[in-house]
Amino acid sequence: MYRYDEFDHAMVKDRVEQFRGQIARRMAGEMTEEQFRPLRLQNGLYLQLHAYMLRVAIPYGQLNAVQMRKLAHIARTYDKGYGHFTTRQNIQYNWPKLSQVADILDELASVEMHAIQTSGNCIRNTTADQYAGVTADEIEDPRIYAEIIRQWSTFHPEFTFLPRKFKIAVSGAVGADRAAVRFHDIGLFIVKNDAGEVGFEVWVGGGLGRTPMIGKKIRGFVAKADLLAYLEAVLRVYNMLGRRDNMYKARVKILVHETGTEEFTRLVEKEFEDTQGGALDLPAEEIQRIADYFQPPAYEALSDDPPALTARRFEDKDFNNWVRVNVARHKAAGYAIANISLKPVGVPPGDVTADQMDAVADIAETFSLGGIRVTHEQNLVLPDVRQDQLYDLWLALREQGLADANLDHIGDMICCPGLDYCSLANARSIPIAERISQRFADLDRQYDIGELRLKISGCINACGHHHVGHIGILGVDRKDQEYYQITLGGAPGEDAAIGTKVGAAFSAAEIVDAVETVVNTYLALRQPKERFIDTFRRVGDAPFKESLYDKAA
Amino acid sequence: MTKLLKDGTVTNDPWIHVADGDAVPESGPVIVTLARWQAEHNSLAGRADGLGIRLESGQSPEVIKDDLAHFAVVALAFPKFADGRAYSHARMLKDRLGYTGEVRAVGDVLRDQYRAMYRCGFDALEISGDHPADKLEADWRSALGELRHAYQPSLRGPEPVLRQRHRAAAA
Repeated sequence: MYRYDEFDHAMVKDRVEQFRGQIARRMAGEMTEEQFRPLRLQNGLYLQLHAYMLRVAIPYGQLNAVQMRKLAHIARTYDKGYGHFTTRQNIQYNWPKLSQVADILDELASVEMHAIQTSGNCIRNTTADQYAGVTADEIEDPRIYAEIIRQWSTFHPEFTFLPRKFKIAVSGAVGADRAAVRFHDIGLFIVKNDAGEVGFEVWVGGGLGRTPMIGKKIRGFVAKADLLAYLEAVLRVYNMLGRRDNMYKARVKILVHETGTEEFTRLVEKEFEDTQGGALDLPAEEIQRIADYFQPPAYEALSDDPPALTARRFEDKDFNNWVRVNVARHKAAGYAIANISLKPVGVPPGDVTADQMDAVADIAETFSLGGIRVTHEQNLVLPDVRQDQLYDLWLALREQGLADANLDHIGDMICCPGLDYCSLANARSIPIAERISQRFADLDRQYDIGELRLKISGCINACGHHHVGHIGILGVDRKDQEYYQITLGGAPGEDAAIGTKVGAAFSAAEIVDAVETVVNTYLALRQPKERFIDTFRRVGDAPFKESLYDKAA
Repeated sequence: MTKLLKDGTVTNDPWIHVADGDAVPESGPVIVTLARWQAEHNSLAGRADGLGIRLESGQSPEVIKDDLAHFAVVALAFPKFADGRAYSHARMLKDRLGYTGEVRAVGDVLRDQYRAMYRCGFDALEISGDHPADKLEADWRSALGELRHAYQPSLRGPEPVLRQRHRAAAA
């Protein structure tokens, strides 16, 4: 993984001291809260419903064991003993004290981490495919470019006061999109052109929130050397022309929509013509310098499906299920990618205790060459596990309550913090997630239902990605009561789609039954081996509406 | 009282902002609005004592790109410090339009934004409020020095990290 050089270290260290000074000046009354607010936000510090919240960046979702132990230490020392992994490959602490924030940032800097630009109207943490570098279906490792973008976007003097936040995601995989690339302000797919050169396909204007939109492809190929010049062109057009009169219409998706994709593209191309070939040219030696950090480890010469694994799978049904559901193909023979579901029954999705973090760090060192990834689905990944050690890994995870075999099933929900924590929320989402996970706790039932992405947001800002859930749940406030709308048919990945509202909202008491009705309707309609989303696409929403609302019929 | 911070020093500012309703003084350097420039282009263009123009954050320098030779100062307004359009406008003026006169920030100009303004090509900052000159100058020095390095190429400020890295590697 990437290691800081003297410059990166200095950058993060200077930033902590700068913020320490800003906090002191705020406390001394030398600036107003309004003036301080964007400064603290750009250092990851929010004011929530009950307390401050600190959001720490995990660039492109990559951690090592030492960093994970530091996250555990922070949870234990400065917070209430747990942390929350988010849909943007970050981790949030819900109870830090303002007076200790600079110390926490110091602790993070000591392991090459930071909370820079995890909030505010600037370029946020750049996310990537969690299987980067270990999946067989990859053109190039997206982490190389995500790291380049991380550096370019850090303290960019021109883009720290954009109309609104700006999120970039990168994927290098062919045919699979695990990073919801089309739902980002800029989505980059690494592609090969006809000449065999590797570059980027650029999508702009995707996003969820109040106005969910799938991004628009504005360029089929940007050469590597031009990557930063092209990104800068998009950002400059957005910074100058994005709306600032209404924060709900300020994202680049609205600018693209109102300007028209063709005109927006023309403006970007014109800007790009002026910047291309200049100081932003990305030198091949810098790409190589960063790529060197992401060279694959020396894998041992092994073969797939070793007898030890096959035997264990045959003997132990639970283990076999976990392998079938949570383990993915690795590019190196004899290795595997193991997912750790952070969605056990009855625990808020994405929450991990300090002890579990320490355990994951130890486990990663023992079984995965020390590497850990964080996914936008709020799970963890051990990217480099020997297949003949999967069983021992599974036993170790099970001991920590981290061996739930529900990846991509109904138990594996995305869920925002909701009204339990968030000052924007209209309704609680965590208790709904808990009740759904209890209702569908039976794993055999989950396996019978098959792949089903359920996503819950506690308000229209859609942090729980409900628009791209096969089943989405949106919390709304109706006369001071919490109600929940259901959307159906969304999808985040290569088959990107935005779900549509199925009808009137349900009360908190009714919503779990309603979800079960939707699931049962699917089970009655499906053809052999047909996933929920495919059945929905085949039959449309009419049968679901009927079973949800025409109870007399 | 507004003070002008230029190249890190509080200096006397001879320039006078002329609002749209007010008469343009007969002599002395003045900064007029875009509307005034467009309406009174002929009389203003020949002014001996220096002419500047003020652009609001929604007014792109593109609209005056053919007139730039007339202006010794282009003042870019920050109606609120969080309105970041003028950062791009400053860069456009200096980078793309080749403007060589003074680009100055006016409006809600705060200490924590000095560095970004400097790097984006602002030459001078008009700072309102009753701050002693030595305090402003000290603030300027600390604001610029807080971060030693910069990742991006910019009009001013530290050499980008990327170039320092590869120069070091080549040496």
